[in-house]
Amino acid sequence: MNQTILQELAAIVGQQYTLSDKESLAVYGYDSTPELESLPGVVLLPSNTEEIYRIMRLCHSAGITVTPRGSGTNLSGGSLSAGGVVVQTSRLNRLIEIDEENLTATVEPGLITSALHREVEARGLFYPPDPGSMNISTMGGNVAENSGGLRGLKYGVTADYVMGLETILADGELLKTGGKVVKDVAGYSLNPLLVSSEGTLGFFTGITVKLIPKPQGKITMLAHFPALQDAALAVSAIIAAKVIPATLEFLDKVTIKCVEDYAHVGLPLDVDAVLLIEVDGHPVVIAEEAAAVAEICKKHRCSFFQTAQNAAEALKLTEARRTALSALARLKPTTILEDATVPRSCIAAMLKVIQDSARKHNVVIGTFGHAGDGNLHPTCLTDERDKGEIKRAHAAFEEIFDAAIAMGGTITGEHGVGLAKKKYLPKLVGESGIRVMRGIKQAFDPKGILNPGKIF
Amino acid sequence: MDHVKLINCMRCGMCLPACPTYKETFLETASPRGRVALIRKLQEGELDQSERLLEYLSLCLDCQACASACPCGVNAGELVAEFTCERKGDKGLGFMEDLILRKLVPHPDRLEASLAPMRLYQRTGLQKLVRTMGVLKMFPKPLERMEGLLPTLPSKPLRQEISEVTPAVGEQRGTVGFFLGCVMSLIFSDASRATIKLLSALGYKVITPRNQVCCGAPNMLGGDLEGLKEAAHTNVEIFGGYEVDFIVTDCGGCGAELKKYGHHIEAEPATAFSGKVRDISQILAMHAEELRAKLKPLDLKVTWHDPCHIAHCQGIRKEPRDLLKLVPGLKYSELNEADACCGSAGTYNIERPEMSDRILKRKLDNIAASGAEVLITGNPGCLLQLKKGLADHLPQVRIAHLTEILAQSLAG
Repeated sequence: MNQTILQELAAIVGQQYTLSDKESLAVYGYDSTPELESLPGVVLLPSNTEEIYRIMRLCHSAGITVTPRGSGTNLSGGSLSAGGVVVQTSRLNRLIEIDEENLTATVEPGLITSALHREVEARGLFYPPDPGSMNISTMGGNVAENSGGLRGLKYGVTADYVMGLETILADGELLKTGGKVVKDVAGYSLNPLLVSSEGTLGFFTGITVKLIPKPQGKITMLAHFPALQDAALAVSAIIAAKVIPATLEFLDKVTIKCVEDYAHVGLPLDVDAVLLIEVDGHPVVIAEEAAAVAEICKKHRCSFFQTAQNAAEALKLTEARRTALSALARLKPTTILEDATVPRSCIAAMLKVIQDSARKHNVVIGTFGHAGDGNLHPTCLTDERDKGEIKRAHAAFEEIFDAAIAMGGTITGEHGVGLAKKKYLPKLVGESGIRVMRGIKQAFDPKGILNPGKIF
Repeated sequence: MDHVKLINCMRCGMCLPACPTYKETFLETASPRGRVALIRKLQEGELDQSERLLEYLSLCLDCQACASACPCGVNAGELVAEFTCERKGDKGLGFMEDLILRKLVPHPDRLEASLAPMRLYQRTGLQKLVRTMGVLKMFPKPLERMEGLLPTLPSKPLRQEISEVTPAVGEQRGTVGFFLGCVMSLIFSDASRATIKLLSALGYKVITPRNQVCCGAPNMLGGDLEGLKEAAHTNVEIFGGYEVDFIVTDCGGCGAELKKYGHHIEAEPATAFSGKVRDISQILAMHAEELRAKLKPLDLKVTWHDPCHIAHCQGIRKEPRDLLKLVPGLKYSELNEADACCGSAGTYNIERPEMSDRILKRKLDNIAASGAEVLITGNPGCLLQLKKGLADHLPQVRIAHLTEILAQSLAG
């Protein structure tokens, strides 16, 4: 990158927070997406909104691209930048306010998601979105990707909680959308547009989210299923019985083994699938719901049904589930994770497609995920050095995506399009979809400097 | 280095919130994931072995909190340590390294003699004079720091005082070999004395071979893998001469290293030796109920700091806490971020004083918030670092080794 520009950027954020040595750039060349790497031109770590404003102004006039980055846990290559400026938000990590009268929290983009959980829960409040990476991921990243999580089934995803945003646009202008009001129909709804924009429309500097009262109790259960299809059918049956668990997670045999190897929580190694189920709410209601869940699981031939006896035991089970993706990497060096999502009634059919594709292309796929909301994570265990196998893995995923689209599902439920899913997007949204998206991008960022090359 | 160990890192970032240096800096180069990537890119020829790259890697404490956090089984801390050791080993030992690692550390007599002037310095009042006059400011910074870290030395190293065989009190249940760490013997001899007392009170005959040598951990740090193996051979042979059920240590660092002898020397006697090694908390926890019956009340508020070498390297977390809860009247509160490094990390606090102080400050803030009167831990490195830290910033809190508190309760 041009020395003059580097000096000007350093004058904004400080020399110490302007990283341009090749060693630093090399380690900002990746996020959590396998197979993708590209070197940025410079990495900046600003500490306040004013600095972001000045960075944007400078880059806009010089025509330099800007890519926001949180903790780099993106799974679609969304935080990678070929050349240009990467802005890491970690130092903008203040919890600005918890407003107990309006039930909102306002945060800076670099705040770690689970840090917000801790603060609001200490006040008897609840911020439900809990992506698998919540102990690492940032709120800004969650909003940009519209992250889901384990509680999505009952509580929805990040978009359902974002009430207000302060966004610095490509030209440095500040855009305020929404706020603390529950109802707001003044003009186009821009919040949902910005949520899941993957850093291509603006740079969030302030995020106001909705809070709800913390559920009074929860019951965590684990059901073992000797047959995979029975587990899938049990999921549909639970929902059809009008029980909406907070969490309804599925782990197949491959995943169970890897998670148990790491976490030692007593998962069974001799069954095809387990369901991790959590119901929360009023103690009387959850007792009834738990009983209904147990009965349905038994009806669907579960071989063992366990209820966590205390909070520590429950936490151990859910935390173990959070490690599923990384634990799968114990078996093979490379894990290619997808998040094809289908209407939840199609879970059993989708599982079958995944199994068939894996067999047909001769690859190992472990599957886990948010079965309750139709969002599965088929994960191919492979080795990046084996080019043939990598090719077969992608062929298998192509089939899985096609099947998801055919079932009325989507190519990505919560990881975003980024670079990794770019080529599949037109199949899903069609030409008109791409045209409208391009138009929106043009309206927000006519020079195309914000996170270029992503989504479409 | 084995390439596959490097590519096993899938860059999920689970290690980031566990890493003390990442938490302080938010820099990817100061994160376990970043360090693995740096070594990998170096090995793959994408980066050169530049001064800057080595500087980035040297910020690693090797606390291995990342290993505890990593679901894919990557141990970034150990990879950095291995890399550093290999690199230093390739260069060959310098004059000072050879002097310290080969001519001093493996010989307990010489090591003890080398500290004699320090004892004299402290006892004659010279230390007080030097400190008041600020003479140390004239010496290089690391020396001043080292001088400040050293507490008052016991009159004699424990190794010279303790008898080789301490009989069991009452009926003998078994025999243990006691591995007396250098720093424990030289500086924290009261704690090791307490360790022996507890073992014997629980019916163990304790054998402390006088000719045992340093565990070899300093050699690993200095890039002297050969020296480490030599130490391992010597200790395996010495302890092999006794019939013992366990080899016990009250030094977390020694314990972690001794348990790896079987890995360093892939032969039967070393594997058997490592298989017998236990941290003192593991042995005591085996006899919890019996111990409970012997303990008398202590009216103290305490908390436990997990040494990295005990929690992350040996996976021991439950035992020390359970043991403290046995003491009647003792009020235990859990320390926030209890298993985060204190910044001691071998010679890190002397080599990287600025980062070490930042990490220490975070630890001290957590200790203050715990409301404890006594901070309890199980590793001499942490004892040194935290003793100094507490004396400077939280003088109302004292520090003790786990066995000192338990022995105090035993005596009543």
